[in-house]
Amino acid sequence: MAVKPDVSEIRRVVGEVPDPEVPVLTIEDLGVLRDVRLDDDEVVVVITPTYSGCPAMDMIRTEIGQALDRLEIANHRVETVLSPAWTTDWMSDSGKQKLVEYGIAPPTGRQAVGGPVLLSLTLRCPLCGSPDTTELSRFGSTSCKSLWRCNACREPFDHFKAI
Amino acid sequence: MSDLYAYVLRLGDDALIAAQRTAEWIAAAPQLEEDVALGNIGLDQLGQARTLLAYAGSLVGKTEDDLAYFRDEREFTNLQLCELPNGDFAHAMARLLYFATYQHLLYDVLRESSDETLAGVAGKAVKEVAYHVDHASQWVLRLGDGTDESHRRMQAALDALWPYTAEMFASDDLVKRLPVAVDPATLEQEWLRRVTEVIDASTCTRPESSYQHSGGREGRHTEHLGYLLAELQHVARSHPGASW
Repeated sequence: MAVKPDVSEIRRVVGEVPDPEVPVLTIEDLGVLRDVRLDDDEVVVVITPTYSGCPAMDMIRTEIGQALDRLEIANHRVETVLSPAWTTDWMSDSGKQKLVEYGIAPPTGRQAVGGPVLLSLTLRCPLCGSPDTTELSRFGSTSCKSLWRCNACREPFDHFKAI
Repeated sequence: MSDLYAYVLRLGDDALIAAQRTAEWIAAAPQLEEDVALGNIGLDQLGQARTLLAYAGSLVGKTEDDLAYFRDEREFTNLQLCELPNGDFAHAMARLLYFATYQHLLYDVLRESSDETLAGVAGKAVKEVAYHVDHASQWVLRLGDGTDESHRRMQAALDALWPYTAEMFASDDLVKRLPVAVDPATLEQEWLRRVTEVIDASTCTRPESSYQHSGGREGRHTEHLGYLLAELQHVARSHPGASW
């Protein structure tokens, strides 16, 4: 008779799968990993996308499968849920700290959109710490980021935008 | 064909065709940041389309790819606004202002839908589309209140697309009898208020009521959709079942 898989151990291992677009973050840090459970003898890993069109999801799904294969779990599947919708609040504090160390300004507060007038929120430069920064574009290299420049150290940087 | 299938298909087709037109801007936008922005916006729309078409497909035993690649023009039920050719950049921003404002209002109500999947899609998408509305608004303000030439072209684009806006709010039997659907007629006044606010601030003039095109929901389209689908579908149809 097979040994019953240890769900918390599986969650720990699966949670270490990195986000292919922001590899400093794991899916546990991001809050993309929602649940790991046992359906009879099948391990079900539940994930949620950050954005509807996030192209990283396919790769995350594949890597979860590979991690489970390495644990020699024969029977597993990955389930994607949309609700409750992911927000940047799902990101862990340690994840936010890792982003700063990586040079990406972490999400702060709420979404900065809503009317025809531009709301300017100040972000601290993750490289030199100056609050004197400018948004260059609300859309960046991936769906989840916007593009900024520091006026003090002149370096451009990414911001993980709040949604 | 069930009511739910027909309704989800409408929403999915709008998003898919909008995504295809938006993606056509990549590498053709006026600046690099705009290529990136429109790439992201198109990806959001495509993500919404995929989830919606996968859901619609699941109701009739088909996949998202079956619906995207193997239906003909008359089977698409998207708004004509989504399929019109790109025109100049002012046209792209006028369309995004009209369409994203509509989508934002729609998804905002739809996230309370008793259909769990629709509510889930809408709950995600409403936050993405808020960024689209914001992006379009910024450009309409900048172009409308810019030079004489940018003002002239922004106004021309707002005028050219106006006759395709009423279709978004056309009510029909389907949306009235399907409990999980949102009757788009209920969104029109708020849409008009929001769009007018942006156009007024941009120093442009909101177009007057005019002849309004219709038919997209019944599969009647402009001649442009066929060309769009030819490009969208030709690889899948030339190599059915191919993967990489």
